Amino acid sequence: MKGFPAAARESLQDSQLRRNLGKATQTIRAKRLRTIQELPDWEQLRDAGAAIKARAMATLPEQLERLEAAVTRAGGTVHWARDGAEATAIVARIAQSKGAREVIKVKSLATDEIDLNEGLHARGIEAIETDLAELIIQLAGDKQSHILVPAIHWNRSEIKTLFERTIAEGQDLGWEATAIAEAARKHLRDKFLTVPVAVSGANFGIAETGTICVVESEGNGRMCTTLPETLISVMGIEKVLPEWRDLEVFLQLLPRSSTAERMNPYTSLWTGVRDGDGPQEFHLVLLDNGRTRVLADEVGRQALHCIRCSACLNVCPVYERAGGQAYESVYPGPIGAILTPQLRGLDQAPTLPWASSLCGACFEACPVKIDIPSVLVHLRARVVREEKSSYSPEALAMRAAAKTFGSRGGYERAQRLSKLGRGPLGKVPVPGWSTMRELPEVPESTFREWWSERRAG
Amino acid sequence: MRVALFITCFNDTLFPDTGRAVVTLLERLGHEVAFPEEQTCCGQMHFNTGYADDGLALARRFERVFDPYEAVVSPSASCVGMVRDHCPAVADRVFELTEFLVDRLGVVDVGATFPHRVTLHPTCHSLRLLKLGDRPKRLLEAVQGLELVDLEEPQECCGFGGTFAVKNADTSMAMLSDKLRRILDTRAEVCTAADNSCLMHIGGALRKQRTGVRAMHLAEILAAT
Repeated sequence: MKGFPAAARESLQDSQLRRNLGKATQTIRAKRLRTIQELPDWEQLRDAGAAIKARAMATLPEQLERLEAAVTRAGGTVHWARDGAEATAIVARIAQSKGAREVIKVKSLATDEIDLNEGLHARGIEAIETDLAELIIQLAGDKQSHILVPAIHWNRSEIKTLFERTIAEGQDLGWEATAIAEAARKHLRDKFLTVPVAVSGANFGIAETGTICVVESEGNGRMCTTLPETLISVMGIEKVLPEWRDLEVFLQLLPRSSTAERMNPYTSLWTGVRDGDGPQEFHLVLLDNGRTRVLADEVGRQALHCIRCSACLNVCPVYERAGGQAYESVYPGPIGAILTPQLRGLDQAPTLPWASSLCGACFEACPVKIDIPSVLVHLRARVVREEKSSYSPEALAMRAAAKTFGSRGGYERAQRLSKLGRGPLGKVPVPGWSTMRELPEVPESTFREWWSERRAG
Repeated sequence: MRVALFITCFNDTLFPDTGRAVVTLLERLGHEVAFPEEQTCCGQMHFNTGYADDGLALARRFERVFDPYEAVVSPSASCVGMVRDHCPAVADRVFELTEFLVDRLGVVDVGATFPHRVTLHPTCHSLRLLKLGDRPKRLLEAVQGLELVDLEEPQECCGFGGTFAVKNADTSMAMLSDKLRRILDTRAEVCTAADNSCLMHIGGALRKQRTGVRAMHLAEILAAT
């Protein structure tokens, strides 16, 4: 881990990334605003979304047990995984019991979070990504840079070249986007029809009915959830919704916030198994991997309400410039800055809570009203309290400043000292600041000096 | 009305002209200004940088200092944001300058004259913490001789963010350079805002790059005659 400032310093040099992200986020921002303005009850929908998630989290054990009972009743099998290693072992065991050497995958952040593909590979099972962007990332050995559009930093010529040396070896695909995409389509079609096990994530899992829901644009997910004999869904425990009726709120919030569409092209819902229709074996792996620890933090827990729409990324000026990889996590952007340190532990991502100017654009866009700036500030305080030395130069300076501001006398003495900045001291460059900006001139007299002279005079 | 001025430590020390402008403006509108000299800092820097205990102690101190006043006005949207969220004892009596003028005093034309081409950076905390909306714009539009030119992507952060500008200097500079380009595109002579913190950041770069564009607090424009 490089930490955000260093990782961003590198990614900021990438003009391709800056151009792609700038263009894409500007377009989606405008489109999203238009799409949400169509709904007169958008604010109420956001409130409803936040309330449903808060209820689900407040009653999580009960909801998960309801979900387990409903899935079991419908003919599925539920597994509980404390962490990524347990979840990977469960998925591998099921795949091996089916004699599978390959599994096809629906785009899933939870499985990326636990490095499932790598874990399966180590056990002799190859995971094949079927989402176009995830496939690009996988073929290239790259890392995701956006929640919804993981290969947003790639351009057409790079993808063409990548395909021509991997899945379309020896072919000239030309420059047409459809022709390049066709290469992926052909490659995947064969896999859909032959691989016996699929692995998905879950956007929602409904406790009342045991129904799992995946929303997507490409239809490849639908192939995975219907064609293979065995389907395994890895679901973060925070994805549970108490009731079937809750779904309609999120099916309005999610597409408008993520792709700025009124409705996403494919919404797949399945409840257990049915004879002769779709997978004949269904496994639901409920993944904790740090989530109950997040739930224990009264301020931070709202990060678990996230529905992975990526609206906060698209409006974030920091994300737009630094790109997703600077966050060194499958969860980039503002939501990543509050989710990653909580899921992994603050010591594993101590710079992320500061990867924000606290401009508030994320909070304004979030469809479930996660107050990301407040959680960032809360996590900063936790990092300072729990992880940093209280004798670091920053901590000492902050303590001294607090003492100075603590009394009028101390404060006025510091003001008089600041006038040293009127001399040569004011010309000393401040690291990080003076590269691009001059410091303001320290004025001859402070406001309060002017005030008391005026009153006296 | 007797109005207490919350100058903010930052303006007191580095931008006294803004404080003088607020005094001039309020007195011109017929109000008496008080300046509680015990005031120091609202604690925002500590609080937002992760030193919550120190920040909140300063917020408590702020409440004690300003408690005797029925109306407090400040030329800083982000400091008022801190006070709104963390000083409940006085929160509903503390106003950002443009809020105070438009909502509390019901004035839009403050009798100012400023014959220059001006663009407004609305600032994140003005827009999203205080929800000032078009108040700063309406005040500027009523200034005689002033030509207000729109900034492209106005709602986007300039990259200051307090200690963010130093802790994440490279990202901050990338944000600032885009903001600067948009300011220069307006061909304005002056870039104004309701907060000197963003303006110190923007203005520092405008000066360093010898653009000739001045950064100037909104209060100074409204006080000009």
